[in-house]
Amino acid sequence: MVGNGYSVLVGGAATGELLHLAEPLSLWGGLDPETGLIIDRNHPQQGESMAGHIVVMPHGRGSSSSSSVLAEAMRLGTAPAAFVVGQPDSILVIGSLVGRHLYSVSCPILCGPVPPRYPGTWTIDQNQLLPPVDAEGPNRSGM
Amino acid sequence: MRLSRSDRSMMQGSEGPAARLAMELLVATAEAEGAPGLLDITNAHIDGGLYHGVAGLDFARSLASAGGVVKVPTTLNVSSLDLLHPELYRGDAATAGAARELMDAYVGMGCSPTWTCAPYQLPRRPGLGEQIAWAESNAIVFANSVLGARTARYGDFLDICCAITGRAPAAGLHTDHGRLATLQVDLDFPDRLLDDDLLYPALGHVLGQMAGTEVAVLVGLDSRADEDRLKSLGAAAASSGAVGMFHAVGVTPEAGSLEAATGGARVRHLTVDLPALQRARAALGAGGGPLGAVSVGTPHFSARELRRLAALVEGRRSLVPFYVNTSRDVLAEPGLGASLAAIESFGATVVTDTCTYVTPIMQPVEGVILTNSAKWAFYAPGNLGVEVAFAGLEACIESAERGLLDLGERW
Repeated sequence: MVGNGYSVLVGGAATGELLHLAEPLSLWGGLDPETGLIIDRNHPQQGESMAGHIVVMPHGRGSSSSSSVLAEAMRLGTAPAAFVVGQPDSILVIGSLVGRHLYSVSCPILCGPVPPRYPGTWTIDQNQLLPPVDAEGPNRSGM
Repeated sequence: MRLSRSDRSMMQGSEGPAARLAMELLVATAEAEGAPGLLDITNAHIDGGLYHGVAGLDFARSLASAGGVVKVPTTLNVSSLDLLHPELYRGDAATAGAARELMDAYVGMGCSPTWTCAPYQLPRRPGLGEQIAWAESNAIVFANSVLGARTARYGDFLDICCAITGRAPAAGLHTDHGRLATLQVDLDFPDRLLDDDLLYPALGHVLGQMAGTEVAVLVGLDSRADEDRLKSLGAAAASSGAVGMFHAVGVTPEAGSLEAATGGARVRHLTVDLPALQRARAALGAGGGPLGAVSVGTPHFSARELRRLAALVEGRRSLVPFYVNTSRDVLAEPGLGASLAAIESFGATVVTDTCTYVTPIMQPVEGVILTNSAKWAFYAPGNLGVEVAFAGLEACIESAERGLLDLGERW
């Protein structure tokens, strides 16, 4: 289950730009599933969109309702394309699994190190997190 | 992952399609967190009855229509409706209908209609060492820390999967090792603050920021930290952080000593000082402006808190809308009649089955909403789009009586 340093909490393929969360976010009270925007006023990235992004989150926070919010965002098409978390988070995992079960929408979750902030479209494929094709640096092949 | 024979047969459908789906989801989640297997639970608390949109209802329907029934005694967290006071609901009828259908689906699967975020205030509550599966972040931290029962941080969906299967991942806070503190938090502020109710949610707010997902051991609390205060501390810590458990040496049941809490390991130290507490108060809402309303009782007030509120408001009158959240079971406790009468003549509105920050109950007001709850102060701005101020219960009442925001004594 391990590909390039990440363990797969929920499998699947995804593409999107990275969104590094500066602080952990509880999706409940933190993500508006209607819009995909961060609404937690205590969060430094309030107002930014998570929709379609590969969201990088050191760990989850707060409410156990976050699974419902993730599944609802998956239903509405406003969910992140995927998550990269620093620690296993069963609240996100079950939200993603139920979203997939109900709506056949995928929101893979990888667990592992924080990827570098290369702009552009990243890819999760075959359980690997791949940087944009034009990204510079040594990590393109070996990450 | 090692599954028991009955786990495997459940996953193959021996107990019907709902149990099969619940077991599949449970096993997939347990594998993701690296659990070596599952264990039996005796009790569950379900957060899925709060309406967040169609997805939650679709999932409940899919389980209920497949014949899902809970295997262990199961209580229900707050819903989106106050069934005892339906006139308080100000949302649209379609949402109310969906919310009611969601509630009925969970009751139909055998869950008790307790509708409270404080199931630990119900008459039968789990005891030391009992394996349970609870959702609702404040209930989780209370069960682990204060009751010594064992639950991981379950979310919506996984909670009902545990209840239907009677199983939970044998990992994390369910295990002896997972309950040991990895962080020591020393308290270094004036002792008199331990007499102040407001200390506990403020300290919880700091604890959550320090601990994140870790189990911390607090050194410096004493018997003044009663259950109501530990409740507000834990609720705050589970809002600002992902805290599922804390120890307090000499106070909580698995922390007879520092060594018991840490397992004798050397752990890193942090200190909470007065400036940190002052910053927490400020972060939770120290702004000014006209007072719009007051909301207390998040988590749901206990009978003792209702009595204390009643004693404080006796003969007084609130000039602003004043909401008190509690549970239907607390409300039905014998001997509360006079207290409830005093609360009513103060002009307060008692809300049950739900909470003022998760559903449209509060009437629209101009101005700041004052609360004694760090959790309410944390989530209400995002949920309701309101400005919030944070103060102790006495300052909340004083403010309500004068119609002016007064945050009480500065520390």
